Amino acid sequence: MHLCVNQRRIPVDKDGYLKQLDDWDPDVARYLAARENLSLSAAHWEIIELLREFYREFEVSPAMRALVKQTGKKLGAEKGRSIYLMQLFPPSPARVASKIAGLPRPTNCL
Amino acid sequence: MILHTVNKSPFSHSLLEACLAIMGAKHSLLLLEDGVYGTLKTSPMAAALAERGRAGAIYALEADLRARGLTDTALLSCVKPIDYAGFVRLATEHSKVQSWF
Amino acid sequence: MNPKKIMVINTHAPYGKATARESLDAVLAASAYDQDLSLLFLGDAVFQLLQQQDTAALEAKSLSTALPVLPLYDVTAIYAQQSALDARGLTRADLVLDVECLENHQITALMDSQDILLSF
Repeated sequence: MHLCVNQRRIPVDKDGYLKQLDDWDPDVARYLAARENLSLSAAHWEIIELLREFYREFEVSPAMRALVKQTGKKLGAEKGRSIYLMQLFPPSPARVASKIAGLPRPTNCL
Repeated sequence: MILHTVNKSPFSHSLLEACLAIMGAKHSLLLLEDGVYGTLKTSPMAAALAERGRAGAIYALEADLRARGLTDTALLSCVKPIDYAGFVRLATEHSKVQSWF
Repeated sequence: MNPKKIMVINTHAPYGKATARESLDAVLAASAYDQDLSLLFLGDAVFQLLQQQDTAALEAKSLSTALPVLPLYDVTAIYAQQSALDARGLTRADLVLDVECLENHQITALMDSQDILLSF
């Protein structure tokens, strides 16, 4: 399966996650977000950037617990809460935000 | 109580040795598949196994012994051959299983 | 319901089979259930903990890259077999994670105290 963004064909898996991390750019993120009925604000972008950095560091797409913890560490306790992430990326922040950030599906997210 | 299982030959693998190093006094050991070569008196782990066998049960799966042509006379006396029903009983008698594979 | 004491026991070196990665995935998944989870490295599995495993040419993910994620999943009870480290000439300074090194009799006692063992 493919997405088509800016005339680029981008391979995705059956659930719509990018197959290649390098295929991602901000336009792809906006496209993926639109498919989740989200329009991306600055608050969304800082989580997306945090996720991409997380993946670069560990090569793991974080499950909810790790995402909350890392958000708290990097962006402060106010944002490191599931309710905050839930408002930004409903209904399942780890899955939805990972997808928009171009990460593979969190394998350890049940 | 832990049941340890080992399925590789001590002539080419160190699993049996690794298992014996960790096995507690009340634990049991079941040798299966190629692990049954560990029952031989000529095995590099024979002395350690015989020593351990004095404290408690060491089992080997009969079907695997027979399949490999291992006869009673060549086996360490501390080893008790068991059939599949015995295997199941062992598994239920122990709360935990650690497989060395 | 009381949390279960679950110990994931690794006995294999990192890349010969898929078990090391499968073990890590199992630990990360299990961490979502708020159980009392611990991780033990025995024998050759201590090689999983070595720093700077460059797996680019294998097209496999590096364990030394992924293992440091464990504290973010609140998995902090991580143990290594002292005799296995000694036999391989390794010390804690060679390892990518802050692990507690245990003697064999301590490992036996720790395994006895668990509700569930998962062997990888």
